[in-house]
Amino acid sequence: MTGGSAALKRAAPAPALPRFRAPIVFGILLLLFLVLVGRSLYLQWIDNAFLQEQGSSRYSREIELPAHRGRIVDRAGEPLAISTPVKSIWAFPGQVDATPEKLAQLARVLETTPKALAKKLEDGNDFVFLAKQVPPEVAERVAVLKIKGVHDQNEYRRFYPVGEMASHIVGFTGDHDVGQEGIELTQQEWLGGKPGSRRVLINRRGEVVEDVESIRAPQPGRDLALSIDARLQYLAFRELKAAVEANRAKAGGLVIIDAQTGEILALANWPTYNPNARNRVAREKMRNRALTDVFEPGSTLKPFTIAAALESGAVRPDTVIQTAPGSLTIGPNTIHDAHPSGALTVEQVIQKSSNVGAAKIALSLPPSTMWQMLSDTGFGAAPNTGFPGEVAGRLRPAKTWKPIEQATMAYGHGISVNLVQLARAYTVFASEGQLKPATLFKAGSSVAGRPVLKAETALAVRHMLELAVQPGGTAPKAQVPSYRVAGKTGTAHKLEGRGYTNKYVSSFVGFAPASAPRLIVAVMIDEPSAGAHYGGEVAAPVFSTVMGSALRTLGTPPDAPGDNVILPDSAAAIREET
Amino acid sequence: MFRLNLMLLGALVLCALSLVTSRHQARKLFVELERETTRTRAFETEFGQLQLEQSTWAMPVRVEKIARENLKMQIPGPRRIEVVPGEAPK
Repeated sequence: MTGGSAALKRAAPAPALPRFRAPIVFGILLLLFLVLVGRSLYLQWIDNAFLQEQGSSRYSREIELPAHRGRIVDRAGEPLAISTPVKSIWAFPGQVDATPEKLAQLARVLETTPKALAKKLEDGNDFVFLAKQVPPEVAERVAVLKIKGVHDQNEYRRFYPVGEMASHIVGFTGDHDVGQEGIELTQQEWLGGKPGSRRVLINRRGEVVEDVESIRAPQPGRDLALSIDARLQYLAFRELKAAVEANRAKAGGLVIIDAQTGEILALANWPTYNPNARNRVAREKMRNRALTDVFEPGSTLKPFTIAAALESGAVRPDTVIQTAPGSLTIGPNTIHDAHPSGALTVEQVIQKSSNVGAAKIALSLPPSTMWQMLSDTGFGAAPNTGFPGEVAGRLRPAKTWKPIEQATMAYGHGISVNLVQLARAYTVFASEGQLKPATLFKAGSSVAGRPVLKAETALAVRHMLELAVQPGGTAPKAQVPSYRVAGKTGTAHKLEGRGYTNKYVSSFVGFAPASAPRLIVAVMIDEPSAGAHYGGEVAAPVFSTVMGSALRTLGTPPDAPGDNVILPDSAAAIREET
Repeated sequence: MFRLNLMLLGALVLCALSLVTSRHQARKLFVELERETTRTRAFETEFGQLQLEQSTWAMPVRVEKIARENLKMQIPGPRRIEVVPGEAPK
């Protein structure tokens, strides 16, 4: 049956196809072809961005060009802050796929426990840092483990080789290498580098074969040379720390200034902090007290009163001032000398640090003369060292002075200064009358100062300051073997709330060698509480050690060779009250 | 006319070949330059690390400790210092 019907069909003539069928199929095919052509033309000429991008991404790459932050170096080029590349290890916890052994290995490489690592990876975050800023070698060892989902990224880390010794000046950087404190903050523009990028062609092995364009040229940060001398900074820090601890003081500061150029060679503060590991450091410890805190200077200000009087011709170095009976009453107030003397010459007023004598000399001057002298020597104005947040101190206008205020200001009360201001003001005595600009940046050569005093006045005061550190003065302990030294002690009651307390600020400012001053050292010890509190006993010994070591370090020739120092007997030293 | 065309064709082929070679040369040199640049960067990094290391070893605290403890050095007292007068150094 079936065979028969097949044969029948074969025999039957082919049914005629409808005549329109072929053109329709042809038309449809042509239409589809046109669509394809149209689409390709569209992609080629009009909507070509996507494919272009896809194409170029197969062979061209944009490469980030890192620019590292400039170094901060001391005046001899010793690094104080330096950036080196490090890596941070991070992961997407959801994507991490590793055997427990691998994770244990990872924990060992990252110097953590498997438990702590597992906890990090369990946290619900999309992204976790497994280790921040590890050395490149560690990152390499992590990469060798080939754990899926664990990646690393390049970063820079800032290191501070001198650590806590210079942290107040240098400051530190925060995340992304941006300055947060100190010089790192103010000189961000100079130090900070701007990363660049360029587009290149790569071959199939991933090697760069051609530069296409430089999108942004990288701008590496520039190095910055400070005026600091790392050797002196170390001396200053070591001695200050020892003194603060020995005197059980609250805080302390020490500044070394180059007497010729005004450059700050060392600036140490205590308490301090380590900028390399500053987690949970109190803000308190980060303050650069020598520049951002003020105190009443006490007797260290007397030389300026005397200089004003000498300059105006009101007194001469040998003019006799009667200081008996050791007190002076002005209106309702009385000022005292701790150790009453009789008639003293102006020289002896400085040597023995007589408050009454200084007050009497001050009262013989018009307030404006005295104000002018203090203002000319830089008090009441920020010292402009290039440090953030430095304070100006307080020097009230002369018009508002009452006589008692003028008298107390003569010995450094009723006026507030910071330690750098005080040290810098002494450049007028160390340089024959010129006030040098204080700076934290390395100066090219000798710096011209602003003339403030006549050379003869400066030399006369310098001579008085030499008397003050010799036997019979207030600070024989400030003497330095083989060098002639000039300086002045200060012991000020601290002002708290409305009145003066029995807490003290002991200070000493001096310079050496007196014949040709090279260095000025200012020491301030805040609230010494181990018994002694006079500047001559607390601050002067620090001055002596620092000055002696610093002059030796700098190779300054001695101007008084031989054994010129009469070792002071502490009972014989003359003490002062302010 | 045909000869001229043939000559031009020959010149064209030569130019094309030399372009290919010089291009290849340029890429090879560039890869080399790139490698040297990477090395430079690596050296810079190493220099920074060495500087850091050097300043760590030369820390005054460490130098002083070694001088005092290992080498038993001390600062001479004023009586033991002899100053030789001479021309003052500038």
